Amino acid sequence: MPTGVSIDIRELSKSFGNVTAVNQLSFSVQPGQVTGFLGPNGAGKTTTLRMLLGLVKPTAGSATFGGKSYRELERPLATVGTALEAASFHPGRSARNHLHIYALAAGIPRERVDIVLGQVGLADYSHRRVGGYSLGMRQRLGLALALLGDPGVLVLDEPVNGLDPEGIRWIRTFLHDFAAEGRTVLVSSHLLSEVQQSVDRIVIISRGNLVYEGGLAEFDSDDRVLVDSPQRAALEAALVLAGASPQITDAGLLVTALPAAHIGAIAHDAGVPLSLLHTQQGGFERAFLELVGEGDQP
Amino acid sequence: MIGVIRAEFAKVITTRFWWILLIILIGYVAFTAAILAAAFGGSLPGSASNASQLPSDQLPPLIYSVASTIGYVFPLILGTLAVTGEFRHQTLTPTFLATPRRGQVMIAKLLTMASFGALYGVAALIGSVAPGAAILAMGDNGTGLGDEEIWLMFARTILAMALWAVIGVAVGTVIPNQVAAIVVVIAFTQFVEPILRTIAAFVEWAAELGKFLPGAAGDALVGASIFSALGMSSGPSGMLEWWQGGLVLLALAVVAAVIGYATSWRKDVT
Ligand SMILES: Nc1ncnc2c1ncn2[C@@H]1O[C@H](COP(=O)(O)OP(=O)(O)OP(=O)(O)O)[C@@H](O)[C@H]1O
Ligand SMILES: [Mg+2]
Repeated sequence: MPTGVSIDIRELSKSFGNVTAVNQLSFSVQPGQVTGFLGPNGAGKTTTLRMLLGLVKPTAGSATFGGKSYRELERPLATVGTALEAASFHPGRSARNHLHIYALAAGIPRERVDIVLGQVGLADYSHRRVGGYSLGMRQRLGLALALLGDPGVLVLDEPVNGLDPEGIRWIRTFLHDFAAEGRTVLVSSHLLSEVQQSVDRIVIISRGNLVYEGGLAEFDSDDRVLVDSPQRAALEAALVLAGASPQITDAGLLVTALPAAHIGAIAHDAGVPLSLLHTQQGGFERAFLELVGEGDQP
Repeated sequence: MIGVIRAEFAKVITTRFWWILLIILIGYVAFTAAILAAAFGGSLPGSASNASQLPSDQLPPLIYSVASTIGYVFPLILGTLAVTGEFRHQTLTPTFLATPRRGQVMIAKLLTMASFGALYGVAALIGSVAPGAAILAMGDNGTGLGDEEIWLMFARTILAMALWAVIGVAVGTVIPNQVAAIVVVIAFTQFVEPILRTIAAFVEWAAELGKFLPGAAGDALVGASIFSALGMSSGPSGMLEWWQGGLVLLALAVVAAVIGYATSWRKDVT
């Protein structure tokens, strides 16, 4: 069974004219885990992945698989399986022929074509012209191409777009099992909730910059506390004095990075009576939106 | 590299355009060869007056060579489509993922298209010779098929068609937009070059340059053409030697392929 290698992105930058799509991005992806690559539309996810795969030339920096650039890989399709978001099919070709062409080019045995068609659930449609495929079927065909070489590394750009709930469940289980075999999985999405249940680690970028890299569990550690008092100004002053930066909202003061018990103690010490003390579960998605600078003010 | 070439072959034969173009080519060439054979070969009533214009030994090569002199645009379009289709359907992404060394893909494409061009050459010759020879024979003209010269011309026709397909690939890399590339190819081969060649036939200083036009060079390589037979080019001096014609086509292909490689082929695939 093929094992995964690590993906290392070092100081990677790309400018299109005067648009900086990716800016000195560094992160790494380890085998044995599913890593989510997140960011809002236009954050630079696709550009980063295309640089990693040698399709787009970086302005600066490097991106490697176990120390080798994609171009230097001896058997690229058997090392890294890729499904990028753009539908890249000749509409007049059947799925089987489509896969067979790239199997020939990459020296992959023909039997793999039927195996991967079965894996993604396209076996019954494999003789049909791809032009007539639905979005979900195209997405599955893209995945079949990624799996063609039985690679140790999977790089998928928005793979759940267009999949039905059954398909989404299937791909989550599949990626999890794939990583559990010691392979490397990097999967991008613009929605955290989409990958939340299936990733172990996340890398978040916004406007081409890294904003978070780490475990999913740690990501949401900052619960927020909504606190209020009949003497709101005095409470605010006490909180500021204690080093917090409360936000004033209609419902009260919103405090991050301080546990509720601690806030209660501060109020008590200041002699301010509380009318409200409530911990809000952060919610991955809201934390994500705040991090990428698009969160609405509460 | 063998695998890359086989993949390029598979790309062509798993779509329809290659045999649609092939059928049109054969039909077009056969129709033109039949008309020419009937008109000059004297089997049409009232055509005898024309027959005297051409010595009968020039007739078979003139008729058979329509395979490339009018058919060359087909391998040219095939080669152009093979490249521009990859840009249009974004299949360069999986292609370069499977073969990250882009130069290999380009060379495989050039070789593959040369083979299909040669295949088109053979098919077009069957299309021109079958009706041409039959009609000539009916009109009691020699078919020329016993001459070694004719068979050498067939070989040069196949070579020319292969070179045209290679030029098509190169043109496609220089003009990756499919519609633009096809418009340029058709406009140049069907309008611009014929007009320039006609001017070159009448203006002395232009004749020297006119010989180097791609279509004229292709005709020179094959060694017989309606243009030259009808006196549009001023005799043998109006044409390059056959090998010179071949070199002009080859140079055109190489220059365009290098330009295309350096521009569109190496560009970011986004
Ligand atoms: N070929 C290109 N030419 C010019 N600008 C580009 C090109 N490709 C991407 N960009 C720009 O680079 C930035 C990042 O785009 P990219 O496609 O990488 O984002 P993304 O994170 O994949 O977004 P999405 O979630 O919408 O897929 C955007 O501002 C985009 O407009
Ligand atoms: Mg994208």
